[in-house]
Amino acid sequence: MHPDRTTHAPTPATTRSPRPVQDGGLLRLVTAGSVDDGKSTLVGRLLYDTKSVLADQLDAVRQASIDRGMATPDLSLLVDGLRSEREQGITIDVAYRYFSTPRRSFVLADTPGHVQYTRNTVTGASTAQLGLLLVDARKGVVAQTRRHLAVLALLGVRHLTLAVNKIDLVGYDEAVFTAVAEEFTARAQALGYPAARLHALPVSALTGDNVAGLSHRTPWYQGPSLLAHLETVPVESGLHRAPFRFPVQGVIRPRTAQHRDYRGYCGRIGSGSVSTGDEVTVCPGGHGTRIARIDTPEGPVRTARAGQSVTLLLDDELGVERGDLIASDPLPWPVTTFDATVCWLAEAPLFAGSRLLIKHGTRTTQAVVTDLPSLFDEQNLTVVPGPECLSLNDIGHIAVRTATPLPVDNYAAIPATGSFILIDPRDGQTMAAGLVGTPYAGDRPNGQQGTAP
Amino acid sequence: MVRSALDALESEAIHIFREVDGEFDRPAILFSGGKDSTVLVHLAAKAFAPAPVPFPLLHVDTGHNFPEVLEFRDALARRMNLRVVVARVQDWIEDGRLTERADGLRNPLQTVPLLETITAWRFDALFGGGRRDEERARAKERIFSLRNAFGQWEPSRQRPELWNLYNGRHQPGEHVRVFPLSNWAELDVWRYIEREGIELPSLYYAHRREVFLRDGMWLAPGPWGGPRDGETSRLATVRYRTVGDASCTGAVESRAADVTAVIDEVAASRLTERGATRADDQLSEAAMEDRKREGYF
Repeated sequence: MHPDRTTHAPTPATTRSPRPVQDGGLLRLVTAGSVDDGKSTLVGRLLYDTKSVLADQLDAVRQASIDRGMATPDLSLLVDGLRSEREQGITIDVAYRYFSTPRRSFVLADTPGHVQYTRNTVTGASTAQLGLLLVDARKGVVAQTRRHLAVLALLGVRHLTLAVNKIDLVGYDEAVFTAVAEEFTARAQALGYPAARLHALPVSALTGDNVAGLSHRTPWYQGPSLLAHLETVPVESGLHRAPFRFPVQGVIRPRTAQHRDYRGYCGRIGSGSVSTGDEVTVCPGGHGTRIARIDTPEGPVRTARAGQSVTLLLDDELGVERGDLIASDPLPWPVTTFDATVCWLAEAPLFAGSRLLIKHGTRTTQAVVTDLPSLFDEQNLTVVPGPECLSLNDIGHIAVRTATPLPVDNYAAIPATGSFILIDPRDGQTMAAGLVGTPYAGDRPNGQQGTAP
Repeated sequence: MVRSALDALESEAIHIFREVDGEFDRPAILFSGGKDSTVLVHLAAKAFAPAPVPFPLLHVDTGHNFPEVLEFRDALARRMNLRVVVARVQDWIEDGRLTERADGLRNPLQTVPLLETITAWRFDALFGGGRRDEERARAKERIFSLRNAFGQWEPSRQRPELWNLYNGRHQPGEHVRVFPLSNWAELDVWRYIEREGIELPSLYYAHRREVFLRDGMWLAPGPWGGPRDGETSRLATVRYRTVGDASCTGAVESRAADVTAVIDEVAASRLTERGATRADDQLSEAAMEDRKREGYF
């Protein structure tokens, strides 16, 4: 039996507490849904129910709704950003939304459901800890849902939540929800997700059922409301248990009387943790040394971990510079050729032989795409060998050769050193999101045997 | 151990400052004297400590300044040993490159002095305090936002931003606006100010001031005009939620005299900071989008 329902209501969403404790940290999530399944309304509802929509914004939406002849405020208007979108009534790019409850702050990457969904979903998913998928209860899991699932799994988004929306339109029917939830769970598990990182719930974005608080119209649903779930899902990534990786952003040398000999290497810890006295290696040089001191914005510390911006001081004077990687065992192998999966984000297609720039960690170098062995057909979730090129929104395998060695890790193991972007050297455009390794294989991308990061 | 949201936001902002230092030749921090740009300077100091902040401040001065803000700017620059580059709108008006508008507003005139100063100083990256929660057109802004040679923001040319691999490539004449506070909400900024004990211009806290009502906003009288006929001023206890051009930045009635009281007030607030206090955003629903396209922030 589920505990008392009231305990699952999110901490007061109706009265914004003036001094939230917010011990729950920051959760980054990405939404994904098809056209017309009510995603904008759901996001608008989350903002509205967490009091993130303030009076003047709501007034503007009320006025716009009246102008359009609507009886009630259209919450989706809260998240329609650019004028070109308002004119066309569509969403064309990733938009970031912010809301908070007394428990936790949220950054929501809101991605559109139709055009360029791969590009936008990949962008939003690259920084997300949780993927919020939306389906229409009347339609269930559709091809678009499967594609979104595949992309979120590929990017290693740690938690997946399925909101079965418009539950009011199927008469709050438990059987409809259960069928959709079971199909979602089975597909996500096939992609490597353990059940503990999956959750499905029935909602109505329009009426607010199970969004901020539990609905009495779905007494058969025994889980938390969407907001309560988002407030309590663990934000720990497990990345702090991975090997230590530290892309060096720069060298801090004050050269002042007070800090004459200070020489620190600044950066943000990509994975793992580091303590003073630890043995580390500078890649690609391969020189070993020890951590002499760790400076943080709050002063020196003994230990720091993934996600923290710090400055490391080393025991030995080494020629460390921006672009280098400070790492500990097991060390990444600096390579000039490797296989990767890319999501192609540019209008111009990618052909074998293309010369591009690659940014990996803090190093940018030249690269040649030497081969395009296969394309992932996410319409059918199959692998197509030997494509002529990769076009906008395509996901495919590439073989890369780089001008200087890069200390890469497999993306599925360490995203910080397993990810890269490809840049057009002529106009500087970002052409592709790259993941080191070839994780997808039909229905089993990243995180097989439950190793999704 | 879960790191607090503020710690995560701070680490992200510091990472952004260091990326810009590594990838650009001549960055500068756009500084208005407001709370967001003051927090930027504080974060920049943390990013490079114990070395000094390696960027100058760039202040576009509309000439309609609150005196406390200029004093604050100069004191901050002295304390942190920062160079301040000032682009005075008045200079552009006096030599005929700009003409005063009929309505007297100078915020719309900032764009030309800003862009010409960027060109003259060859700045290639400009940090701004913009946050994505401020306004709908900003929700799609990138952290690294490419501007063309006219300073314009072109939505269709914005690059996808993946992981924390920021792409700072730009052509000669182009520059990049960088927004380290993109993922901060107004309340995060205030909580950080409280946590770090960051000093702000005094007008952010409740004080007695002569104000008059125009277009639903409490404006301060000054050489920029007002009160006009029919507008009467009165003494009120007010504070400012944003600091900008004094002719179009309104005060709100408030008794919040310190940062803790301000946080309580912001948390309970029913109006967004821009909607409450900025006349230039009220010109039209798409005002911000238009100004971004023109090369404003």
